[in-house]
Amino acid sequence: MAGTMQKRGRARRVTGILALAFILVGLYFALIGAPPDAYQGEVQRIMYVHIPSILTAYLSFFIVFIGSCLFLWKREKRDDILARSAAEIGVLFTSLTIIEGSIWGKPTWGVWWTWDARLTLTAILLLIFVGYLMLRSLIEDENRGAVCSAVVGVIGFLDIPLIHMSVYWWRTLHQPPSILRPDKMPWENVHPSMLIALAVNFAAFILLYFYLLSLRFRVGEMEEEVKTLKLYGGAS
Amino acid sequence: MELLKQTLWMLWKDLLLELRRRESILAMFFFGTLLLFVFHFAFEIPTEKAAEMAPGLLWLAFLFTGTLGLTQLFQAERENHCLDALLLSPMDRASLYLAKVFFNLFLMLLVELIVFPLFWVLFNLAFWNLLPSLFLVAFLGTIGFCVLGTLFSAVTLKARARELLLPLILFPLMIPVILATVRGMEIILRTGKFTEALPWLRLLIGFDVIFFTVGFLIFEWVIEA
Repeated sequence: MAGTMQKRGRARRVTGILALAFILVGLYFALIGAPPDAYQGEVQRIMYVHIPSILTAYLSFFIVFIGSCLFLWKREKRDDILARSAAEIGVLFTSLTIIEGSIWGKPTWGVWWTWDARLTLTAILLLIFVGYLMLRSLIEDENRGAVCSAVVGVIGFLDIPLIHMSVYWWRTLHQPPSILRPDKMPWENVHPSMLIALAVNFAAFILLYFYLLSLRFRVGEMEEEVKTLKLYGGAS
Repeated sequence: MELLKQTLWMLWKDLLLELRRRESILAMFFFGTLLLFVFHFAFEIPTEKAAEMAPGLLWLAFLFTGTLGLTQLFQAERENHCLDALLLSPMDRASLYLAKVFFNLFLMLLVELIVFPLFWVLFNLAFWNLLPSLFLVAFLGTIGFCVLGTLFSAVTLKARARELLLPLILFPLMIPVILATVRGMEIILRTGKFTEALPWLRLLIGFDVIFFTVGFLIFEWVIEA
């Protein structure tokens, strides 16, 4: 038991150090290595953190869904801890995305916020998962709280395609995807150094994400251990 | 078949209780009417703009009255450990879900049947002939509201501050229904043609089917936990 804990601790530290290294390299590529955008100029460099943060947030909500499904199916505490940890970090990255988007939107669109489909979708996602965390903290019974928030996790995820469809029919203004386009390969329409900068930053965010997730997961585990110890008076 | 019979008995219990107490239905109806007045004070709606604003305002009124109904939905079961007794009885948990969905649907439709014409009268709207098709859109939206709302009413059953929590969780998930009903009704009012709103109606039906199935399957776990 202690051995695996140590191994996991070491793996976590390595992930953390790698994340830090990638962030530094990514910053170099994003701020110096890549050329400024032909139309938007320097401000476009926000993209190198904007896209990785939203992709990481999506990944996070997918992990909430998986953790919730597994918990409802097998009722193991660790799946619940995983879902809860992922939800917290997902809320963090979604908020970051919205803040970065606002900073980018003001100089390019002239407004901090606009009721565009993708912006609205992101904001709704944030609200759903803030609700998830609120529910969690307002149900006292441990097991009931876990089951109920797992239900919210599952339904929230299933609802995303429908929300997506409805807000897209409603309106769209956000610039269409400029890198993954159906008519051209990525390296044909984007400067290669821009792609490198994006890729490095994406890797940095993923590493950072898994570092945070495993930290939060460990905290969740320790909370459980403390509860068990309190229950049995620390006799073991 | 057994499930249907159990559902009908559960529904009968709720209807009988409501018939004798008339708490939910009266509160919902008067709250809905009150909202129409509040909207008028807030916006000073002129007759020529009333048709434009009708879908949003109407659906807002239904959303709030519906939430009022949902917070009371499991009230009878909360008292005197009735829920425990229900769970001990040899019945399918899904029948409880179905009965509660139908009961809330019944209350909301009753309120809508009155509030719809009332809106037309209060704001001097013409096109009375569009009312049935508008009501159909509202009906599909109300189903979506009830299938998810009932499930989340059960989810928040034992939470602290559950009346506050319920709309906080429910409303973001209801965005497709809100958008589809409001846009659908707006299109029908603008063009006068029911067929123009069909894409939104399909979205609504999809929502209803998906979350009815999910609610039906998941309810058991929620109510037992």
